[in-house]
Amino acid sequence: MTQSCKIPGFPRTSEMQHYNRIVVNQHDEVAIVRFVDRRIVDDQNIQELGEELNRLVEQEGRRLLLLNFEGVDFMSSAALNVLIKLQQKAKAHGGSVRICSLRPEIREVFSMTRLDRMFDIRTTEVAGLAAF
Amino acid sequence: MGASSTPAWRLHRTIPSDTEVGSRLIDDLSMQMREHGWDERQIFQVQLAYEEAIVNAIRHGNRYSPEKTVEVVFICNSQQVRIEITDQGCGFDPGAVPDPTSDERLENPGGRGVLMIRECMSDVSYGKGGCQLTMVKDRSDLSIGHDDDQDDE
Repeated sequence: MTQSCKIPGFPRTSEMQHYNRIVVNQHDEVAIVRFVDRRIVDDQNIQELGEELNRLVEQEGRRLLLLNFEGVDFMSSAALNVLIKLQQKAKAHGGSVRICSLRPEIREVFSMTRLDRMFDIRTTEVAGLAAF
Repeated sequence: MGASSTPAWRLHRTIPSDTEVGSRLIDDLSMQMREHGWDERQIFQVQLAYEEAIVNAIRHGNRYSPEKTVEVVFICNSQQVRIEITDQGCGFDPGAVPDPTSDERLENPGGRGVLMIRECMSDVSYGKGGCQLTMVKDRSDLSIGHDDDQDDE
């Protein structure tokens, strides 16, 4: 894992890492992940997103992840599959994935697919951080 | 289409087996839904159902074959949206798709797109051996998913 310098204050940014589909800020033990794409539907982008999220857990050793969906307008079932795999990987490494700041319509998607049983979903980033 | 106070808008396109091309088509329907007074929540639901359906037609139906095309028909007025998607694949049996919300399958991929189509639309039917999907959204249909959301407890 490439360890970034500890910058006083919040958030500490892992500026040494390069991602195309996500932005990552480390807050104590929790990696806060935001998304570059407003619409997460493109096959290639979803594949790249999955690889970058997996890298967080498997190569960088980040076990606690808070996915902040602020700014995301739309996501497909293929994107949901990426999140499911990430949760499985995080749990296998003794961690967990939580979700916050979902647009209400996307929150309904988690409800209709019952994935809200698999993910702890909070309305705000502050609430999401407090849940760890 | 049922009785309506505004004339129906209609679009008929034949597209290649390219999900990017397929996804772009929904922009026209979304714009028409807005012009016909549909709310953003219902527009989102129709977008979601269409996205899942067009990807299924291209990926599972035509298997991305450049030799095959997908036919898309949109009809929209102020009371109803109708979408027909016809691929050139071998068809499929929607009844054979397992329930992705069951405890034992919750973490498995597959079947979630078909579920989302069913939940987001008012009526969904398959024809031509599963190669043709017809989806209808009624303006009066405000239901979706489950209403037991309880975040930040």
